[in-house]
Amino acid sequence: MREIIKLLEKDCRLTAEQIAKILKRDTAEVEKQIKEMEESGVIAKYKAIINWEKVDQNLMYALIEVKVTPQTDMGFERVAKRIYEFPEVHSMYLMSGGYDLAINIKGRTIHDIAKFVTEKLSVLDCVISTSTHFVLKKYKDSGVIFANDVTDGREVISF
Amino acid sequence: MSFEFNLSDIVRDIKPSGIRRFFDLVGEMDGAISLGIGEPDFVTPWHIRDAGIRSLEKGQTYYTANSGLKNLRNEICNYFERRFNLSYNENEVLVTVGGSEAIDLCIRALVSEGDEVLIPEPCFVCYDPCVRLAHGIPVPIVTEEKDDFILTPEKLKEKITPKTKLLILPFPNNPTGAIMDKEQIEAIADVLKDTNIAVLSDEIYGELTYGKKHFSIANVPEMKDRTIIVGGFSKAYAMTGWRLGFAVGNNSVISAMTKVHQFAIMSAPTTSQYAAIEALKNGDADIEEMASQYDLRRRYLIDRLNKMGLKCFEAKGAFYVFPSIKITGLKSEDFCKQLLEKKKVAVIPGTAFGESGEGHIRISYAYSIETITKALDKIEEFLKELGVNFK
Repeated sequence: MREIIKLLEKDCRLTAEQIAKILKRDTAEVEKQIKEMEESGVIAKYKAIINWEKVDQNLMYALIEVKVTPQTDMGFERVAKRIYEFPEVHSMYLMSGGYDLAINIKGRTIHDIAKFVTEKLSVLDCVISTSTHFVLKKYKDSGVIFANDVTDGREVISF
Repeated sequence: MSFEFNLSDIVRDIKPSGIRRFFDLVGEMDGAISLGIGEPDFVTPWHIRDAGIRSLEKGQTYYTANSGLKNLRNEICNYFERRFNLSYNENEVLVTVGGSEAIDLCIRALVSEGDEVLIPEPCFVCYDPCVRLAHGIPVPIVTEEKDDFILTPEKLKEKITPKTKLLILPFPNNPTGAIMDKEQIEAIADVLKDTNIAVLSDEIYGELTYGKKHFSIANVPEMKDRTIIVGGFSKAYAMTGWRLGFAVGNNSVISAMTKVHQFAIMSAPTTSQYAAIEALKNGDADIEEMASQYDLRRRYLIDRLNKMGLKCFEAKGAFYVFPSIKITGLKSEDFCKQLLEKKKVAVIPGTAFGESGEGHIRISYAYSIETITKALDKIEEFLKELGVNFK
């Protein structure tokens, strides 16, 4: 199972048949395992990693550090839910250290992000403070290097 | 008055590779998918590149000792102990410019005029010309698909004469992907033990075996003293461009090789040597990771080739498979030319690795699954258009 996940994590477009060949397994068995993992949520979603800079130079990314007041009984969970439900929130983590929540957010302009912080995030009772850092350039995302176009530098044939 | 060079007889008579024209054709073709490369697709792992950069920053830009940095030679000894259970000391190690230089040096150090050198074929392209340059006589031993392309003791015995000086043992093999296991190597050792024949074991692909760990002929106790192992960083650590290899073995041969190396080369590139120390110290995990990637591709490739009718023996080493194309009725070179012209896919004709490679092609899997899939789809179309009926 772990081997299947590792392959899919690298390339989710591999078909069950290809995976079966690579791992020397039965195609039906691989299909069944993938289905099980989809149903149990081990495989949460299949997505493409987009280098948006190549499509639209105007996209803005920001990392927001948020300090919050945890709530009785619920700890951070309810607070977190209130925040991650906003569609603007791209990813979110509970952190150790100087602040509590790290939020990644994507907007079309700096105003989109400012608007989110001032009108949606900061106004929440549980939010004590926010600190917004804008991303200037994305070098690598989800293990994929964006900074340079990777081409095969080898000669076409060699012994 | 115009001057005309009178080239050395030997150099003039070395045949330029017969498939030069095919190679030129590939070079001119735009947008071809190649499965013809003999080097890893991986970039050298970052920590190894970083060690090279740091050595430059520190200004380590001088020659090293002729035989290589002492530290590096020690690490090579540790490496052999750790990974192949073989003990050498630093005086039994020579650091060379790629495995190729080590092959050339070893042949030059051992072969006198008229000596015969046994070369299992199909094989890498350099042994025959290197033997000729040393005034020796190359004696091919044709390995066969029915034997999984290994060297059998019977075939070895047949070719031994009083003039036989050296046996080249190129396993894991380029181009066939064949490996030889312990019992098969011991059978070869049995034939050699009552002779004076030395062994040049080319183990450049020694880290790339699948399912079975590589067994060196030097692991046979009576053979260690007569064996020179050639290895390098190119394949195991994806360091082809660094041009760094080594030879290990009996000090008398290593010293003789060092003598030639000293006059021809001085010392291997210093930056590469510092990077190689890092590779040996902290690179075992890189080897495993790359080898496991090759293995995945290998299984996929062999399965698909067999299903589309190109019979392919299960290669267990290096990163090549050597399927038979006899079903198409085409000669290797014609098959490759037509495949290139019609489908823009480049593979290497088996005949590039000796006449005995006729009827086969070499396919490299030093490519992503995506590239391999694309190329295989096109090969499949090509076969269908040829009307190959294999079912």
